[in-house]
Amino acid sequence: MLRAVDVSFSYRDATKRTANGQTPVLDRVSLAVNRGDLVGILGPNGSGKTTLLRLLGGTLRPHAGSIRLDARPMADWSRRDIARRVAVVPQETHAPFDFTVLDIVLMGRFPYLGAFALEGPEDLAIARRALEATGTAAFEERAFSTLSGGERQRVVIASALAQSPQLLLLDEPTASLDIGHQIEVQRLLARLNTDSGMTMVLSTHDLNLAAALCRRLVLLRGGRVLAAGPTEEVLTSNAVRALYDVDAAVERHTRSGRLTVVPLGRI
Amino acid sequence: MRPIRGRLLLTIASFGAVLATTLLVAPTVGSTHVSLARAFDRTIPFADNIDAQIFFIARMPRVVAAAVVGAALAAAGVVFQALLRNPLATPDTLGVSSGAALGAMLAITFHFDVTIGGLPAVPLASFVGSVCALGVVYALAAARQHGLSTTVLLLAGVTMTGFLSSLIMFTQYLADFADTFRTVRWLMGMLDIGGYAPIVAVLPMLALAGALLATLPRALDLISLGSGAAAARGVNVVRAERAAMVGASLATGAAVSIAGPVSFIGLVVPHIVRKLVGSDHRLVLPGSVLFGAAFLILCDLAARTVFAPVEIPVGIITALVGGPFFLWLLVRASR
Repeated sequence: MLRAVDVSFSYRDATKRTANGQTPVLDRVSLAVNRGDLVGILGPNGSGKTTLLRLLGGTLRPHAGSIRLDARPMADWSRRDIARRVAVVPQETHAPFDFTVLDIVLMGRFPYLGAFALEGPEDLAIARRALEATGTAAFEERAFSTLSGGERQRVVIASALAQSPQLLLLDEPTASLDIGHQIEVQRLLARLNTDSGMTMVLSTHDLNLAAALCRRLVLLRGGRVLAAGPTEEVLTSNAVRALYDVDAAVERHTRSGRLTVVPLGRI
Repeated sequence: MRPIRGRLLLTIASFGAVLATTLLVAPTVGSTHVSLARAFDRTIPFADNIDAQIFFIARMPRVVAAAVVGAALAAAGVVFQALLRNPLATPDTLGVSSGAALGAMLAITFHFDVTIGGLPAVPLASFVGSVCALGVVYALAAARQHGLSTTVLLLAGVTMTGFLSSLIMFTQYLADFADTFRTVRWLMGMLDIGGYAPIVAVLPMLALAGALLATLPRALDLISLGSGAAAARGVNVVRAERAAMVGASLATGAAVSIAGPVSFIGLVVPHIVRKLVGSDHRLVLPGSVLFGAAFLILCDLAARTVFAPVEIPVGIITALVGGPFFLWLLVRASR
């Protein structure tokens, strides 16, 4: 459903909205996301993960190469039409005003409403379903800013689901969460993928999360794809070394049956 | 929670009722009391109806000016707060009011004699001043991804205001005595405009501001969570931010050209309205427009009556109310 071919991007002459003044560059990155996929993007800091997600979400335009959504070039889609198909969950969301949880989730209906249209009962029903699906229905009246990090992240996922998307892009969805909240978000994403067939692309630094959750991995370093393919094939100690300069043991955990990564030392 | 449609109607009806009441009651209060019944009594010819003359000719222009200025500054406050993702952003804390004041001062002092599309020079210069000041603040904010922190915002505002104030003083220094007297009074925030002409003069600006801002509230909700997130939800962020900046600058420019830089309206009013209706900008913006109008009418009523027969500039009243309020918000926010 989403296909990026030889995509290159640099922040040099674009507006310099990077996190820390770096200029991450993507260099001829190719990536195909099929319906029902759950793709993880791994890579060290500054490898271009966030930039790649922004390109896939259509909020940045590549300088070279092409990105096609449902076989149509991204540039031909309107912002609104993209938002009806692709939803984005940013790394962190700060609300400067006291929006309620339901307020935040209803904002996901934006691409379906005209300039002066107000949400109707159907929009409310979709928002409530998104709250149910993320286990956040109990606090729909609470102020978003009073929630814990994990609750907040689930509410933002609910807001993304309210867009009724076919593809969810998540930027480090479990960063800054404790392991309890990490596992909650991880379960939620796994359930959305298996039960509702939601296609997802997520970036993460958590190799064990990627091993547990993602069907396929794309390894990104310095803006280039080092390797891509099924998780079981791609996630090896050689790959971890090439990606992070870290010596790591990648083994199958006996109780969970999953691949686990234990970092042993910096090379 | 009630659906949004009902909450919007309730917001407009209740704040509208408050505004209608203040609009009718404020002109009856003053050195001579006016009877509302007599003022609206159609059986007495207007020429013989003293109550109606005081009500409509002597006092109403000032009340309408207060309403227009209050509404415009409150709306600008709401828009700035969403754009800069900080509830302490207002035309005055950002120095945008000072920019507008400098523009108007230059136009008054140097007797600019240009009109564009029927708009007189003073409001035009005032608009240009606010756009320039906002441009500087916004460039600062755009350089930082998560909007302006309160610290940076306040420092930038203080610096802008200080810088622009020195330019205003320089302009005054160059002006002749009669102009200086006029502009000093005006810089304190005066609504004593003597007729409807200054209001009519800025109606096109206000109409354009209204048209630009009317479609924006939902986009402002999303932009307040971050421009990347807003774009991902389908907002055309560049277009929305541009419309918001021009609209808010037009509103600020129009208000300042009528009454001078009346402070703190854009801070106090949206804050109170948010406490009452929640943070949804589709409720906050119309609520603030209506309540801002009523609020400044009441402040001006106080300015006219508290030290009667002496009238003090309304800007002093709003600053006396708004200053402590701002400090209280700041202390609360830093906890």
